[in-house]
Amino acid sequence: MLTLLWTDIAVFALVFGSALAAWKTSKKEHAARPWKKVFESKVGVVSLTVLLVFILIGVLDSTRIQQNKELASGERSDYTETLSLLDIMLTPLRVNTEKTYSEPFAHTLYAKEMTVNESGDTQWIYPRLVYGGAHLFQPVEERGGDILAKVFKGLSYGLLTWLVLMLMLLFITKASCYLKKPSGIRVCSLTLLAIFLILGALSALAPYYHILGTDKVGEDVLYQAVKSIRTGLVIGVLTTIVMLPIAITLGLMAGFFRGWVDDVIQYLYTTLSSIPGVLLIAAAILMAQVYMANNPELFTTIEDRADMRLLLLCMILGVTSWTGLCRLLRAETLKIREMDYVLSARALGVGQVQILKRHVLPNVMHLVVITMVLDFSGLVLAEAVLSYINIGVDPSTYSWGNMINTSRLEMAREPIVWWSLTAAFIFMFTLVLAANLFADVVRDAFDPRFNK
Amino acid sequence: MINYIIRRLLYVLPVLLGVNILTFVLFFVVNTPDDMARMQLGDKHVSQAAVDNWKQQRGYDLPLLWNDGALGFEQASKTIFFKKSMSLFAFDLGISDNGRDIVADISQRMWPSLAIAIPSLIFGVLTNITFALLLIFYRSTFLEFGGLFICIALMSISGLFYIIAGQYFIGKLLALTPISGYAPGLDAFRFIILPVLIGVVGGLGSGVRWYRTLFLEESAKDYVRTAKAKGLSDLQVLFKHVLKNAMIPILTGIVVILPLLFMGSLITESFFGIPGLGSYTIDAISSQDFAIVRSMVFLGSFLYIIGLLLTDISYTLVDPRVRLD
Amino acid sequence: MIKAVNTLSLILFLLFLTACTEGALNNPYVVDEGMNKVIYSSFSERPKHLDPARAYSSNEYAIIAQVYEPLFQYHYLKRPYQLEPLLAKFMPSVHYYDVKGELLEQSASDKDIAFSEYNIEIKAGTKFQPHPSFTLPLHKELPAIWDGKSLYDLPMATRELTADDFIYQIKRLADPATQSPIAGLMANYIVGFSEYSSKQSALSKQFPALRKTQRLQSERMQGLKKIDDTHFTIRIKGKYPQFINWLAMPFFAPMPWEADEFYANPVLVKKNMTLDWFPVGTGPYFLHENNPNRRMVLVKNPNFHADVYPYEADENMRQQGLLVDAGKTLPLTDKVIFSLEKESIPYWNKFLQGYYDVSGISSDSFDQAVSFSAGGDVGLTDDMVERGIGLQTAVTTSSYYLGFNMLDEVIGGYSDKAKKLRQAISIVVDYEEYISIFQNGRGVVAQSIIPPGIFGHITGEEGVNRIVYEENDSLVRRSADEAAELLTEAGYSHGIDPQTGQPLVLYFDTMDSGPDSKARLNWLRKQFNKLNIKLVIRGTDYNRFQEKMRNGSAQMFMWGWNADYPDPENFLFLLYGKNAKAVYGGENAANYQNAQFDALFEQMSTMENTPKRQEIIKDMLVITQQDVPWLWGFHPKAFSLHHAWYKNSYPNLMANNKTKYINVDAELRKAYQAKWNKPVFWPLVFVLFLLACLVLPAYLIYRRIERAKAL
Repeated sequence: MLTLLWTDIAVFALVFGSALAAWKTSKKEHAARPWKKVFESKVGVVSLTVLLVFILIGVLDSTRIQQNKELASGERSDYTETLSLLDIMLTPLRVNTEKTYSEPFAHTLYAKEMTVNESGDTQWIYPRLVYGGAHLFQPVEERGGDILAKVFKGLSYGLLTWLVLMLMLLFITKASCYLKKPSGIRVCSLTLLAIFLILGALSALAPYYHILGTDKVGEDVLYQAVKSIRTGLVIGVLTTIVMLPIAITLGLMAGFFRGWVDDVIQYLYTTLSSIPGVLLIAAAILMAQVYMANNPELFTTIEDRADMRLLLLCMILGVTSWTGLCRLLRAETLKIREMDYVLSARALGVGQVQILKRHVLPNVMHLVVITMVLDFSGLVLAEAVLSYINIGVDPSTYSWGNMINTSRLEMAREPIVWWSLTAAFIFMFTLVLAANLFADVVRDAFDPRFNK
Repeated sequence: MINYIIRRLLYVLPVLLGVNILTFVLFFVVNTPDDMARMQLGDKHVSQAAVDNWKQQRGYDLPLLWNDGALGFEQASKTIFFKKSMSLFAFDLGISDNGRDIVADISQRMWPSLAIAIPSLIFGVLTNITFALLLIFYRSTFLEFGGLFICIALMSISGLFYIIAGQYFIGKLLALTPISGYAPGLDAFRFIILPVLIGVVGGLGSGVRWYRTLFLEESAKDYVRTAKAKGLSDLQVLFKHVLKNAMIPILTGIVVILPLLFMGSLITESFFGIPGLGSYTIDAISSQDFAIVRSMVFLGSFLYIIGLLLTDISYTLVDPRVRLD
Repeated sequence: MIKAVNTLSLILFLLFLTACTEGALNNPYVVDEGMNKVIYSSFSERPKHLDPARAYSSNEYAIIAQVYEPLFQYHYLKRPYQLEPLLAKFMPSVHYYDVKGELLEQSASDKDIAFSEYNIEIKAGTKFQPHPSFTLPLHKELPAIWDGKSLYDLPMATRELTADDFIYQIKRLADPATQSPIAGLMANYIVGFSEYSSKQSALSKQFPALRKTQRLQSERMQGLKKIDDTHFTIRIKGKYPQFINWLAMPFFAPMPWEADEFYANPVLVKKNMTLDWFPVGTGPYFLHENNPNRRMVLVKNPNFHADVYPYEADENMRQQGLLVDAGKTLPLTDKVIFSLEKESIPYWNKFLQGYYDVSGISSDSFDQAVSFSAGGDVGLTDDMVERGIGLQTAVTTSSYYLGFNMLDEVIGGYSDKAKKLRQAISIVVDYEEYISIFQNGRGVVAQSIIPPGIFGHITGEEGVNRIVYEENDSLVRRSADEAAELLTEAGYSHGIDPQTGQPLVLYFDTMDSGPDSKARLNWLRKQFNKLNIKLVIRGTDYNRFQEKMRNGSAQMFMWGWNADYPDPENFLFLLYGKNAKAVYGGENAANYQNAQFDALFEQMSTMENTPKRQEIIKDMLVITQQDVPWLWGFHPKAFSLHHAWYKNSYPNLMANNKTKYINVDAELRKAYQAKWNKPVFWPLVFVLFLLACLVLPAYLIYRRIERAKAL
């Protein structure tokens, strides 16, 4: 059975919405032109491909299926649990939990423990892991070779899948198409090759080793990092969706109607932006907690509560961040309303709403697109900082912010537990870097100042 | 000009009133005076009588926004909002809910905040400008592409990583600076060097890119071509002419953030144990000290608006063509 | 431009080097204390109150217990804990009176005793610390030349301690304006306390201009009587043997009226100089510097009365070197510096660098510090031993428990079914595992409400909670199957709620939101899962949590209790029916009400520590083990590390004025600090080298560009 949380609905709505928008844009010559430029840029294509892979993971993680939990005894199976498609795909990572910390590719725990061996003596040793490297008999000698063999196997599977996929694509479309317009598609397919190789190697290793180690309660860090992708995406994207309608409506109105409308809107955003954002967010999160405490029947599972908090965080971030774009749009609209074509439209008696829709909005769209892609990475980074002061996502939500937050304590350990922080760093860095590079290309393509 | 400034200053009043109401509402939607009293009185042996006593002593026993029991103007004035929030307009910040004078606390805590913020700003701007100019000088060489990529990479790293890594490597492994702490006066030097370094490096990516766009626009102008045609070297043109002419947007960009420097940085201060204003606010939020929260928000928004005003004025000062109506 | 930047950075680098010539580069302290005996400690947040009438938490006591002294103190080394006179000359003599005020025999029965009177004699000749408040002209006016920076720049004086100071402090406790946390509690005991309190509140309404000292001194409190300058009596209602423990807390430290009068000056209030911030006491130290945003400094009190390091200790302690300083005049150190340290990581790192003297062990630094020997004994790791660090462990006199709200319809109640449900849960929640995962084994699973070290705690086989553990093996928890059986008997076969046909849903309320909480809550869910019960976590903030506890609308919660004084009454009252939180607003958060238990409690609470008392307590413990209002949880074990130069440290969980016994070897500290903090410069050089490498291609391209232009 399919079940959906509020943010899942938002994610799907968003994916369909953007697909629709992309399709519509591609029909219009003038709107598609800057995008063509984006697709001609190598950096643009690479970063977009990476972003799409992240989005795919996010979508997989948002498709939830309720199923009966399997228990060893079998008879209590009417207890249901909800898993996302991603959870099901990552089942070995999700289920294979150790007792506590273990290093990447380790076969023992990270700390010594009191154990009793077969002859009944107590020993102070590093105990073997239950899952990681459990298939090895002589772990110290065998491990290196085993890892290499598994990586090689994974790489070849990755290559094979990629070849099959490419052949299929060639088969469906025409080979000539691939040869004629080489740049964009070729870069894309090469990026895909790299991604497939990485995924292949990871999936060959993951069932046997904890590639990025395990955390304090023995959960696989790779699993946590992958699960955090959805949180990052939701925060980055959903916030923009909340912010856009407010910013566009108010910005255009202020610039176009001027007079008291302008005054009121200016007052609104000056007031709002002069209050420290932290305070607004903290207040909103506290309010959400009060609301949930008063209506426990609405939020029966921990997922519901966490999801509500995530949604609310996005909303409040949206409310605090619309002021910048609004200011920008107002200034631009002020300029545009004095343009000849607007003046002539007005002289012809075209309605004000029509002017806004037909003449003003399309001409500020580039600003909107640029702000959107630029804000995305900032929001993903902001999540980490908010989690640090405990006003971010719910502590039970997988997020990079929460990972960094816990790893602060781990950094003080000796020997240092570095892998949680590193994992969060790698994943976050990849996503934000891709987003930033993409934003750069988009900005170059859309900004009229660079269109020389 | 004078008229404009006066008008803008008057405009501050409704904004501050709005800020005040918003803070008040946000705070009391989630907290009640009872909660505040219990927070201050602690866990053990707290009776309702003690709570009522606390509220009465601190003046939180009045209605929040509207007093039905009073007459005339007192309906609005005999309320927590009026008594607590309106006195802010006279810059009477009063006494915090745990009984300390807020002005005294702020005047003590602003120095550490400034000690971090000002050097970070100065060194940040200097390095950003230098690197931005160098990037332009080396336009379309591999140095530029490498530099730009590094900038984007630096931007893509969360600020928390810089702090954690900085403390770990420089403070712990190399033992070059104290890990955290603060001392007033000249001794502060040892303590602020690491936060300032991290602040500069953390802001490098976005800063360099921002200045680069600025200089790019500037160097596309005609006078640059003329100067080059006259036989000046690229370096001379960049560092003398372009920089001089780009001073206006640079300065105005700095002016707007100047007043806010005073508010301190939340994350840096709490990581480095620096007793500044950033940590003051967040501590107050978590301990539900309404007196401090409202004072800091008030001060913050006041400074923000002053910053906006200063920017407008600085535009007219550096560029006489701009006129404020 | 570039040149300017370069010169600037060069200057800075040089400055940086010169700034560090003295001492280690990373020394967080500015003033070189030389060979002074200084203790370096920390505080993580600004203490809320330093007024002994208001302070009630351990971080506040860390400071004020060194400044203020009550009448009695706990002996530093003797176990079980024993009170001894501090400001008092002897332990007090107690007399009992009946309702008519007639003196009764010492052996009189509890029923007849209407009042007890504590007769107290204080040591003559004790002086307060030097303080400007004793310079009486300053009450009127502060000198114009005073810059307002430090109180100790003002002319100072002192005064001899009298019985009035104790009486004045008790009056302050009763004054509504003080907002003392124990005012409500003391009103139940001290005769005339509540009358005095209401009188004061009436007075302050009637004459708002009346000075506080005048107002307090104008009225008498009925139960307090001054006999002469060194004698006074306190009369309390009924018999309350634990009252003497209260007299050993800073609440009852003497307070000179001059202090209140002096600090009433509005000029001082404006500078945040109040009695709540700058104490005036008789203790071994006085608070010399109080900057809660950075550091607080205690300095040896020159007027401190005669006090020596104790002689009495057992052989074991003698071997540990705890009697080296026996007979020496206290305090043994000149200064205590508390620095603000909010985060645990910098604290731990600075401890390892030798800049703090003692440290607790967080679960994250545990593996680094502690190892177990082959026999399972706790020891330090080789690294720690090499550093000369010492370890101390002690089971704390506190309980961390999981409470059931007995008023709740599902989990609460006293029916057989409800009991069985709770018993089943108490079996499956495996606190041994909890301690091993989240406490690194630092804790003892609680068998009942009373922790070890407190009278009434039953050790060994006899004390084991048979509801949870096997009859014949005290170390083995009953199996999950047994728990499932109990659950079936409770009406939830296989954990299915017959009403809904779905697994039983229980709610756990928590205000836990730290980084560790997720793992902890997941663990708890897993425990309930063993019975196929679905545990829903309701996370809230502090206020909402407190509110739920007050309304009794929570279902399950985790909470802890720290002993105020070493008496079983201080724990058992947490389950006394008349303390039910949701009903009477007391401390019984589980709202447990059992008539039999309550009757035994009333009997037990006024008894001396006799075998009879032990019997009664045992009955009470069995009743509660059967009813399971709590999962008894665990008593944490405190592990603390201290450096080699930090001497005489010994765990004493009751005394909070331990600082005066500590000795410090400053020379040793200096040597270690120098050894551990050698700066490493080569990476810096390496980075500079890398930058230099970058300059080369830059220069080459520069040449190319210039040449291209020339062509």
